[in-house]
Amino acid sequence: MASEDPHPSNGSHDYPKFDWRSSRRDFLLKLGLALNVIAGAMISIPIIGFFISAIIKRDEPTWISLGPVDQFAVGTTRMVAFENPYRIRADGPTSHIPCWVKRTSEQEFKVFAINCTHLGCPVRWFEQSKLFLCPCHGGAFYEDGSHAAGPPPRALYQYEVKINKGDLTIKAGLLPTLADPGTLASSGQTT
Amino acid sequence: MIETLRNIALWFERRLHLVKLWEQTAGHPVPKSSGSWFYTFGSMTMLCLVIQIVTGIFLAMVYVPSAAEAYHSLERLNYDQPLGWLMRGMHYWGSTCMVIVMILHMTQVFLWGAYKYPREMTWLSGCVLLVITLGLAFSGQVMRFDADAYWGLGIGAAIVGRIPFIGDALVRLMLGGAILGSETLSRFFSLHVFILPGTILAFLSIHLRLVLSRGINEPPKPGVLVKRDTYDAHYKEIIKREGVPFFPGAFNKDAVASGVLLLVIFALAVFIGPKGPGVPADPTVTVGEPKPDDPFLFIFGAAALVPNGWEIILFFVLPTLAAIALFALPFISNEGEKSWRRRPISVLAVVIIALTIGMLTYAGMTGPWSPHMDAWKSLDLKEHVLKGRTPLELQGALVFQNKQCRNCHAIDNEGGHRGPDLTSVATRMTSPQLVRQVIQGGGNMPAYGTNLSPPEVHALVAYLSSLHPPNVPPAREAIGPLTPIDEKRSGSQPSGEDTFAKAQKTPKSD
Repeated sequence: MASEDPHPSNGSHDYPKFDWRSSRRDFLLKLGLALNVIAGAMISIPIIGFFISAIIKRDEPTWISLGPVDQFAVGTTRMVAFENPYRIRADGPTSHIPCWVKRTSEQEFKVFAINCTHLGCPVRWFEQSKLFLCPCHGGAFYEDGSHAAGPPPRALYQYEVKINKGDLTIKAGLLPTLADPGTLASSGQTT
Repeated sequence: MIETLRNIALWFERRLHLVKLWEQTAGHPVPKSSGSWFYTFGSMTMLCLVIQIVTGIFLAMVYVPSAAEAYHSLERLNYDQPLGWLMRGMHYWGSTCMVIVMILHMTQVFLWGAYKYPREMTWLSGCVLLVITLGLAFSGQVMRFDADAYWGLGIGAAIVGRIPFIGDALVRLMLGGAILGSETLSRFFSLHVFILPGTILAFLSIHLRLVLSRGINEPPKPGVLVKRDTYDAHYKEIIKREGVPFFPGAFNKDAVASGVLLLVIFALAVFIGPKGPGVPADPTVTVGEPKPDDPFLFIFGAAALVPNGWEIILFFVLPTLAAIALFALPFISNEGEKSWRRRPISVLAVVIIALTIGMLTYAGMTGPWSPHMDAWKSLDLKEHVLKGRTPLELQGALVFQNKQCRNCHAIDNEGGHRGPDLTSVATRMTSPQLVRQVIQGGGNMPAYGTNLSPPEVHALVAYLSSLHPPNVPPAREAIGPLTPIDEKRSGSQPSGEDTFAKAQKTPKSD
């Protein structure tokens, strides 16, 4: 439809016809192409490597102390913040990661991630009704983290817990999502 | 003197071919009838982009894309940097207007049939521009690094984390690591100020090039059908008959509309001002309800309203289908009627889509599914729902308030709307049904069996059973009140009438 184009581009050049297929031109063209392919491949190594480094450099969860166990009363649930083990200077306050600690008995703790299992919003603990409620879409969880109501597809994410020399420690360090819930005390949690 | 100026002008003309450039761009011929108010949305969208680029460049001079500093730099822009607040306001309202005007432009193009032959590529490039613009709006919301932005990213990660198999890798790619932090912000910064603006300019140039080369759509007349074989000649005919140079022939309304839009954006920026930043992005501070900016509220609302487990469909299947529909449109309906007056299904589609997005946006704004987190301590029970109650019922009202039932259940329209309003619950449920509901939960209500003592349940249900309007009797058991077996044996079987009479006498609370 070039003829219908109100502004045809001036494609017809009035150059003298020349044979670019002469052996020398041909050789240089091929050499140029080859050089650029090699250089492109070399340059793409750092570009792609840089881009996917976040996937390759796997910051795995590590053990983090939440403080001495006697600061948690048996039967209570409260928020504790810990420092992201992989924080950088620029993280500022985003390196403070909150979690909910519930001391079920003298020796038993449950530590829940703050992120709702529906879409990751911060769940809040309501002591009187013994529920974790999510402000985004109204998900509710019982005090043992199991699903009580609303859209969440599973129980709250739970960190692996260990008592180490009188300190409560959890295995944490990544944002829990359905794809990678981090460390789970037991993968077969009740939902 | 004139001669000298003429020579200078000619000197430039010979080297830059400005006349030809002018003829091919601003002076390109358009149908005179396209100089209509409906044709001004495209140039208004482009004007918004120009505002975004100019204000964005100035904002970037002060803004610091680091999680530790971003919030402070925004406050500096708001309060310290002279006119920084106005610049932020224009950038925010420019963005809102850009999305709105772009959607109006798209709707007009759709209804006027401009996506049909030979403007398929113009439509496709426009669809890409829409996606990029929404990407800019989302990443721009991240730049306002407050709690909403932080949890918005968290929601984004949770959505990406639902993708099967590669979700985990994609989450890390998005966050720039295992956790949401400064590297996440930096990523979105480079997306917002380099990658997406670069891409939008590239696609805009394609879009404009196509507008120039394929011509602007003539306002369709009902009954004039597009045919691939004859349309080009037909359009040439129109241009020959009523073609005018875009500037100044059809530019007047664009100029007025652009001026009005500029004034609107400026007025919004002056009188309403910039948005936020809200609560700082400290994850340990869990106040407020994280909410996305307006263009994404409808998705946020839909996420709460779809049946549980349908998130995959909402976040991946539906957008994919929508994208396929948008991109396939000019190929499915390539010829034929262009006028909306003879395309009732298209008009209906626009109405339905607009209503759906509008209602979901409203739902997203009000968020009735979210518990009213502070209702139990901030709202008191009004006198008329307490007056004349027995001590037991009053005790139940205390349980209702203290056990935070109010966060999800409103009384007299005050409180959460996650669960049903209980102002007249006694007309719907009997005492035994209420006991069962409280203890076992169900129907999206948690069970309180382990959390309430039997006396608390007794008092609570007594209070709830008293909640009915004075002129409406409370609900009663369909089978009538149960009587102990001994009583039944001693007397004759009660007739239906007796049962009814007994039920009427049954006290409203037991």
